[in-house]
Amino acid sequence: MSKVLKVRNLTKSFGGVCAVDDVSFDLEKGRLLAMIGPNGAGKTTCFNLINGQLKPDRGSIVIMGKQIAGFKPHRVWQLGVGRTFQITATFASMSVLENVQMARLSFHRRTLSIFQKVRNLYVDESMELLKLVGIEKQRDHACGVLAYGDLKRVELAMALANDPRLLLMDEPTAGMGPAERSRLMEQISGIVQTRNIGVLFTEHDMDVVFTHAHRIIVLNHGKLVAEGTPQEVHANAQVQEIYLGAAETARLEKR
Amino acid sequence: MGFYVAQFLTGWADASGLFMVAVGLTLIFGVMRIVNFAHGSFYMVGAYTAYYLIAWLPSDGVSFWIGVLLAALIVGIIGVIVEMLLLRRLYHAPELFLLMGTFGIILIIQDLSRWLFGAEDLLGPRCPGLDGSVWIMGSLMPQYDLALIVAALLILGAIWMVLNRTRWGVLVRAATEDREMLSALGVNQGRLFTGVFFLGSFLTGLGGALQLPKGGADLLMDLNVIASAFVVVVVGGMGSIPGAYLAALIISELTAFGILVLPQSTLVMMFLVMAVVLVIRPYGLFGKAELAPHEPAGESGAVLKPASVRLKWLGAALVLGIILAPLFAGDFQLVLLIEIAILALASMSLYFMMGPGGMVSFGHAAFFGGGAYAAALMVYHLQTPMELALLLTPLAVGLLALIIGWFCVRLSGVYLAMLTLAFAQICWSIVFQWEEFTGGDDGILSIWPSDWAESRIVFYYLTMVLCTGGILAMRHLLFTPFGYTMRACRDSALRSASIGIYQKRHQWFAFAVAGAFAGLAGGIYVFSKGSVFPDEMAISRSFDFLLMVLLGGVETLSGPIAGAAAFTWLHDQISRFEFWQLVLGCIFIILVVAFPQGIAGFFSSKTERYFSEPTDE
Repeated sequence: MSKVLKVRNLTKSFGGVCAVDDVSFDLEKGRLLAMIGPNGAGKTTCFNLINGQLKPDRGSIVIMGKQIAGFKPHRVWQLGVGRTFQITATFASMSVLENVQMARLSFHRRTLSIFQKVRNLYVDESMELLKLVGIEKQRDHACGVLAYGDLKRVELAMALANDPRLLLMDEPTAGMGPAERSRLMEQISGIVQTRNIGVLFTEHDMDVVFTHAHRIIVLNHGKLVAEGTPQEVHANAQVQEIYLGAAETARLEKR
Repeated sequence: MGFYVAQFLTGWADASGLFMVAVGLTLIFGVMRIVNFAHGSFYMVGAYTAYYLIAWLPSDGVSFWIGVLLAALIVGIIGVIVEMLLLRRLYHAPELFLLMGTFGIILIIQDLSRWLFGAEDLLGPRCPGLDGSVWIMGSLMPQYDLALIVAALLILGAIWMVLNRTRWGVLVRAATEDREMLSALGVNQGRLFTGVFFLGSFLTGLGGALQLPKGGADLLMDLNVIASAFVVVVVGGMGSIPGAYLAALIISELTAFGILVLPQSTLVMMFLVMAVVLVIRPYGLFGKAELAPHEPAGESGAVLKPASVRLKWLGAALVLGIILAPLFAGDFQLVLLIEIAILALASMSLYFMMGPGGMVSFGHAAFFGGGAYAAALMVYHLQTPMELALLLTPLAVGLLALIIGWFCVRLSGVYLAMLTLAFAQICWSIVFQWEEFTGGDDGILSIWPSDWAESRIVFYYLTMVLCTGGILAMRHLLFTPFGYTMRACRDSALRSASIGIYQKRHQWFAFAVAGAFAGLAGGIYVFSKGSVFPDEMAISRSFDFLLMVLLGGVETLSGPIAGAAAFTWLHDQISRFEFWQLVLGCIFIILVVAFPQGIAGFFSSKTERYFSEPTDE
């Protein structure tokens, strides 16, 4: 089965506001799917629904062939879902290495172990992950004092720690400089393709989106307004209108 | 029918009294996010001040009311002084230090009141013109009860007017919603806080003064009233004034009618209501979830480092000292050392829960006292030998903690803390009221160690082995996956969930582990003292443990030990003064202002370089 994620008619409202309105899409293994849209379009809500933090009002989410209706985040994780957040969430009182070890401990279902010390557990595996995302030099720094870009990488390493089939990344490159952004996205593309992971990500940097995504879906006011390859979305007049704005549209036309 | 109406009115009058204490507390919490433990003390001062003012004023029709108002005003001014001199310095310190500061105030006010007002219970003056009773549907109702109902409604109305019809009130409501935004808009937060603290203190002073004709004044009022006030505030939703009124009404009516069905349930009822409400509506009837969950106790949360070689040497020296102590120490010092060890184990278990676990408990005495009672009951009713009792006690208390924890871990922060307090009060009430089984107020006597452990020195070594073992076991746990997962749950609920950790379940287990170790401490304690009384489960006991942990500092593993030692030593040193609570209170206040990281935290920041492994970077 090549579909890691199937979303059908997903709907969620808060009070009177329909944050996600009848959204459907698919994601295949080894592919990067970008979800774009202006602020408040419902991207993060969509993520929180898929990852089990919120319950949908209607619609279905199927991950690796399993309906996840009513699953809590830790159950969704068990299906092989990694997640990074728009505002990074790491364990501030632990070092970079320990953060990843923690994720590995959970993956090996060892969170209730009371005999061995963490110091000796899964160090090599965790170092592998740190190398993969390129922060092995920071292994002993506390996460509380790390630069934002590095925290994003720690999160990525933790999200990869359960050998996920599906990776949900909410603005993976926010807070980074342009050079670091494209470097990180290169790395992510490489990782997901060798590991055959499906990625759903949001991003405000259009260069990143159009360079790295295989497909793009566009949300506006909670509705899916366009879907397709970067070229198709690029050419879509409606998207240019509502999302890129008039000035950007003019710039694109000149090309 | 008339009887039920009278019962209802009595309940309503009680509710009015409760509301008057709770309203200031909820106002202060809503705006300033301060859990003001000294609130009960202000209430007591209000009652005493009004008593003396009324006695001093020429007795005519209005002197009662003038006295009441003047007393409230004086309490308000005391509140302002406390806020400006102390609390203001602590707004940027961790929340727990504010708590400790307010503990200090409780102690100081307690002793000052004893000095100024005397230790005798005072019978309140009658209110002229309202000292009779009226017939209502065939039942006799005191007029003053009806006056209290009216007074509370007037206060509710007045506060509503102030909050909704004045500019100041709008600012207060805005601060309740979002403090930072308000100060970003250029509102002088300091002045607003002082104003709110004045109003809150004024209201509780008024409450204390107004209940004089019903309850008089005594020195136990402060702690007696604070638990009920907190329950009302939490059930109503912290920060919600109508919520406080409704909660006071529900609780008082249930108690008024509950007493008809189950006369022994009076003390438990209030806390049962709270437990039920918090399980159904975790943030109280009208409360809202905190938008930004406040920082856990571990604040910056230093990275946990394994003991360095030097620290191990220090530990070894400590163990050697413990082994050799009986050679030098007299009988009295051994007793003191035994007590320190037991309290260190108990406060380590509280630290375990508060620091790495991120769950602050205001009711740790439930587990300590629970352990003491579990062991004592086993010996008293079943003639269990000491060895078996000490083995079974942690298991029994662990089970108790599993039950209590199941409710508590659904909440976080102050709400969790309040729920632990409620459960501790339930346990205390059961022990206090179930005389046939627990001996009630008289306690359980003659619980002595087995013959082989009877001598002081043998019991000393036994205690040391168990307590050191328990402390080291908890320390070990913190370095294992179990302890790391606890810290993960504390640091970020979001991240824990998204790497597959079931946060609530893990916190539940951690809660039970902490409870079991506190139970062990209680078990040893009862054999060292030979008896147990409900006091071991009382709120003041829980406060003691909190003080020990805070005294030691919540960020250091050695904190609880230092805290317990310092607390016991201080207690012993100054309890020979007549006004030792005053001294203790001042010491706490100086400590929180001067050493916000606690004693051990202070020294470890000074000596960290010496005791940490050289890192090669």
